[in-house]
Amino acid sequence: MSNSSKIITDAPAPEGFSGEGFFATKLDSVVGMARANSLWPLPFATSCCGIEFMATMASHYDVARFGSERMSFSPRQADMLLVMGTIAKKMAPILRQVYEQMAEPRWVISVGACACSGGIFDTYSVLQGIDKIIPVDVYVPGCPPRPEQILDGVMRLQDLVRSESVRRRSSPEYTELLASYNIK
Amino acid sequence: MSDLLLPPELRYAGIIEQRKNEDGSELSILNLGPTHPATHGIFQNILLMDGERIVDGEGTVGYIHRAFEKIAENRPFYQITPLTDRMNYCSAPINNMGWWMTLEKALNIEVPKRAQYLRVIVMELARIADHIICNSVLGVDTGALTGFLYVFQYREKIYEIYEEICGARLTTNMGRIGGFERDWSPLAFKKLDDFLAEFPAIWGEFENLLARNRIFMDRTIDVGPISAEKAMSYGFTGPNLRAAGVDYDIRVMQPYSSYEDFEFDIPVGKSGDTYDRFCVRNAEVWESLKIIRQALDKMPEGPYHANVPDYYLPPKDEVYHNMESLIYHFKIVMGEVPVPVTEVYHPVEGGNGELGFYLVTDGSRTPYRLHFRRPCFIYYQAFNDMVRGQMLSDAIATLSSLNVIAGELDA
Amino acid sequence: MALETSVIQNTLTDRFESKVSDFQQIHDILTFEVNSESIVEVMQFLRDDKTLRFNFLTDLCGMHFPDAAVERQLSVVYHMHNWYDNVRIRIKCFLHGEKPEIDTVTGLYLSSNWQERETYDFYGIIFKGHPQLKRILNMDEMVSFPMRKEFPLEDGGRTDKDDRFFGRTTDNC
Repeated sequence: MSNSSKIITDAPAPEGFSGEGFFATKLDSVVGMARANSLWPLPFATSCCGIEFMATMASHYDVARFGSERMSFSPRQADMLLVMGTIAKKMAPILRQVYEQMAEPRWVISVGACACSGGIFDTYSVLQGIDKIIPVDVYVPGCPPRPEQILDGVMRLQDLVRSESVRRRSSPEYTELLASYNIK
Repeated sequence: MSDLLLPPELRYAGIIEQRKNEDGSELSILNLGPTHPATHGIFQNILLMDGERIVDGEGTVGYIHRAFEKIAENRPFYQITPLTDRMNYCSAPINNMGWWMTLEKALNIEVPKRAQYLRVIVMELARIADHIICNSVLGVDTGALTGFLYVFQYREKIYEIYEEICGARLTTNMGRIGGFERDWSPLAFKKLDDFLAEFPAIWGEFENLLARNRIFMDRTIDVGPISAEKAMSYGFTGPNLRAAGVDYDIRVMQPYSSYEDFEFDIPVGKSGDTYDRFCVRNAEVWESLKIIRQALDKMPEGPYHANVPDYYLPPKDEVYHNMESLIYHFKIVMGEVPVPVTEVYHPVEGGNGELGFYLVTDGSRTPYRLHFRRPCFIYYQAFNDMVRGQMLSDAIATLSSLNVIAGELDA
Repeated sequence: MALETSVIQNTLTDRFESKVSDFQQIHDILTFEVNSESIVEVMQFLRDDKTLRFNFLTDLCGMHFPDAAVERQLSVVYHMHNWYDNVRIRIKCFLHGEKPEIDTVTGLYLSSNWQERETYDFYGIIFKGHPQLKRILNMDEMVSFPMRKEFPLEDGGRTDKDDRFFGRTTDNC
């Protein structure tokens, strides 16, 4: 029998000041917590890593318990872009278009060796890493990465999201980052 | 016919201007784009629609072209196996074994019986895994998500068996020239027995869920049909051709790796529509389970690899003590293996049809030319022909049932 | 009654004389060469003749031999299969290195449509009469033919590879 006092069923509360019937914290923390636990992915699955993502989505590894219940295939309604698989140069403009269509705040996880750096395909037709065209937040290596690794990548992204400032997307550093990729 | 060289959007824009329907409505262009939830992989289809009906369409592929054939010309023979994994990645062991068999044909190596039976088992497991994906995702595309979640658990069991054999889940890179790198552990056989004990009931439940389901039958019967003659002319092979009524199966026509020792039926459909493809794949899973059971029952004792020291890495402890083993180890790792100048074509029955390897060697450490005869690439041409006049949702169901895998399509 | 390779060879040489040549049995497939101008009539005969009955075009691919004589630098290789007698053959047609042209066989087998486009895309071989001869796998804007031996495999734009560590010099890569 498990010791129920050791099981954590709630997400850890952010730092704050609590009292009788109230809890005061920063807006950034609350918004970060809400965003981190409801990241809707846009599965941009191109090849073998896409099959490992299907395994992650299925009941054994279940990415839905991390908040990614609804796979959004429409960029407007998605929070994180999961690029899984090789991106060929023919596909690059489409990836870029999908990224630009996503609404802020948006994050990108590059899953698999091919998306991170071109993988084993050092050829004329393969884009050597998606960070040549879009900014990436988390890189998950592997060929293909195990579902546990993909979930670890999502969890690292959740850490990033939780600690992100609400004002980041309008800050000059972010604008400069997008400008370095020529994204308006 | 030079306007066929135009991009399809421009060509269809021209047709839209010229043609107007009687009620004043116009045709429209729909881009079933490369990223689409229903396409299993990256390929685009530009459709000319009359409301909900498809008038014409053209497919564009190449969005995941990774230049496998060019890479293969620059890699020693052992390094080409990871490439073959990534063609039909849902059933990677079949591609691996096909490649090893091609090399063994070129080098005239005879593989011992035990290794052949083990190969048969792992290829049939891969076929089951491929059909699990195809049929459950066909369910998803027609709206039935339950089958997918239920049956995918058994793909995890198959992955565990692969892991026990070779260490990897999906892109297995399994085997060596002449057999396997190690004999299968008792745990692998135990996992295989457990799988064979549990899976038939589950697959029976999955079949019951969809095969006589009124909604599923309405969505898939008479959807995307193709006649047997047209299918043969389009180069169909595999379950898609068998659904059209032609019982062509390489495992029977040109048996490799001791398939002639096993008894199994070839399920055949009638009209080549989506429902027939679904049923043929279902039945093939049952046949594969039969083959695996026969192979386990008749498994001979013996070596798990051929005695070819020129091509097969010697055991590591011998490398440290024995001069010849050291030399062989060095030569094999550096890729300096003696390969005759020859050309060989070896087909295997992949999850989607006749996967052929055309290898031309010139005596050097890399192939001179390696061409993959990829079934998905060849039969996807027929897709637009199959859905002409049908509705858009039917096109999605047809695409799903054809089991087009982007890695094999573009290579 | 099985179809013997001698029957295939004799029927073809009787009908086409010098247009077919160089019959060899390489492993289990009879391989022969056909003149590139006569490929359509030879293939049609192979398909329609009552003894030969090669009803299936298995494969169509190209090859490049930069070291051969310029009239034989490019080639198209066809694999055909007779399902009735379970016999396979391989046909090779050698083409001129600078002006490679051959008739299309899309009229005989619909599966050759995309396979010829792929061969054009990779080698630049023009298939005369093809309804839609444009690039299929590579980007449409590409001008060179990547499977030819002189085209480099790797992407030229990478700055992070140090060739010294891979033993690569300007001579060997």
